[in-house]
Order: sequence, then structure tokens, then C-alpha cells
Amino acid sequence: MFEIVAFYLFSVLTIVMFCITVFTNNSLYALSALAAGMIFISAFFFLLDADFLGAVQIVVYTGAVMALYAFGMMFFDSLSTVKERIQNPKLVFLLTGITALIIVVIFVAPIVGSNIEAQYPVHPEWGNSQDVGIVLFTKYLIPFEVAAVMLLVAMIGGIILAGKKMEISYSEMSEEEIDTFENQINQKDAK
Amino acid sequence: MSLNAYLILSTILFCIGMFGVIRRKNLLMLFFSTEIMLNAVNIGLAAVSKFHGDLTGQMFAFFIIAIAASEVAIGLGLLILWFKKKNSIDLDTLQNLKG
Repeated sequence: MFEIVAFYLFSVLTIVMFCITVFTNNSLYALSALAAGMIFISAFFFLLDADFLGAVQIVVYTGAVMALYAFGMMFFDSLSTVKERIQNPKLVFLLTGITALIIVVIFVAPIVGSNIEAQYPVHPEWGNSQDVGIVLFTKYLIPFEVAAVMLLVAMIGGIILAGKKMEISYSEMSEEEIDTFENQINQKDAK
Repeated sequence: MSLNAYLILSTILFCIGMFGVIRRKNLLMLFFSTEIMLNAVNIGLAAVSKFHGDLTGQMFAFFIIAIAASEVAIGLGLLILWFKKKNSIDLDTLQNLKG
């Protein structure tokens, strides 16, 4: 009973939040609705006995990813509404529906046909975190290490990409200096 | 709740994300829609993991989260570079060749 009520409550909340993210024209609304939706999704992980995954979802998505987006949005003019030119809304609806249907059919078809045996069964007496840890550090050790290297590469790449031309501080320059500096940059770009 | 309920929810969320990817012209909003799609897949994987009594689904969900985190880091870096260059994050400014 509790699970059914929780499932429907959180599915309605999640769908509403993500619809706001997709349909709104204000990027701040989109960001906060996305963060709320991420937290609601972690509720599904707790309902599915994947406690560790739920905690990781909250920490990584609302802690790290949303903070990154918030920092990124400081570079853009996020308070103005997003102007978008949509040419063919009906076609977009149709294409979305058809593609999603095809993807579901592709992935469900083999599962329906065959009986799946559990390769790494769940041990309820151990608890989810311990179970995940044992499988992750024995069977999935190499993908785990590769993911660690990938995150390191992404971190270095993000710092290098976003950090270009950051050695110049506008707040320490006077108005005239900023004007001459920007003129120089514009002349360089024009060349 | 049955496996089907979770898979249907996952499909609905995936459709919302995909609709966003097709509809949006703002690159930041495009990133948001991608996050929605990745999360929808995570729900499906966790549900299959529970109803088949197999931990592999949860493992894949962890790796998807790691991929999403690195995608955001690199994508935002590129986006900031593009914004500095063109002063706009509209998808239509991404084309340099006139066809």
C-alpha cells in the first residue's frame, strides 16, 4: 500500500517537474525544476531497494551537476527568457513518439522472449551498500578504474576549456582600460 | 508495484527528455533534456535490477551517472568557450557553413 502511494505520488511529481524543465522559457525555472526532479527520482531508487544508488543520485546530481550548471549559468544571461524559433511542432511530436516507441520495442523484445538468470544475485542479509561494493570491486573493477580515469580527464578538460583568458581580471581594471582591452580583442577577432 | 509500472514511467520520462532535445534551440536547455533522458534510463535499470534479483542493472546505473558527470564538465566548458566567441548559446549559431 505504502509503495503504491509513494510510486504514484513521486511519478506525478517527477513528470510535472521534468515537463516544467522542458517547456519553460526561463532557464532559472528550468534549472530548479530539474534539481527537484532529480531528488524525486532518488525516491524511486529507495523504493527499489537501491539505497546506495539513491544516495549517489542526490549527491552527484543535485550536489555536483546542478552546482556546475549554476556556475555555468553565471556566464550566460540567464535571467532573460529563452527565445526559440520552432518551425514544425506537429512533426516534432510525431517524431518523438515514433522514436520512443521503436526504442522501447527494440529493448523489450529480447527480454520478453528469454528467461534471464541472475548473474550477480542480491543478498538481502548483507545490505545494499555492501552488495554493491563487493560486485563493483570484483566483477566491475576494470570499468570502475576506466570510469575514474574518464572523470579525471573530464575534470582537466573542463578546467582547461573554461579557464582560458581567465588571467585578466575586469574588476581590477578601470573603465578606460577595459574599453581599450576589448577593442584590442575585437580587432584580433576581426582579423 | 510491478516491473511494468516502472518501465512505463521510465519510458514517459525518456519521451519528455527526447521531446526536449528535439524542441529546444538553447544549448543549455539541450543539456538539461539530456540529463532527463539519462535519469529515465537509470530508473529502468534499477527496476530491472530489483525485479530480476540481479545487481548488474545498478552497476550500469552507476556508470551512467559517472558518464553524465563527465559529460556536464566537458560540455559546459565547451559551451562557455562558444559563448565567449559568439555571445550566444543558440543552436542555430553553431553553423558556420551556409548551405
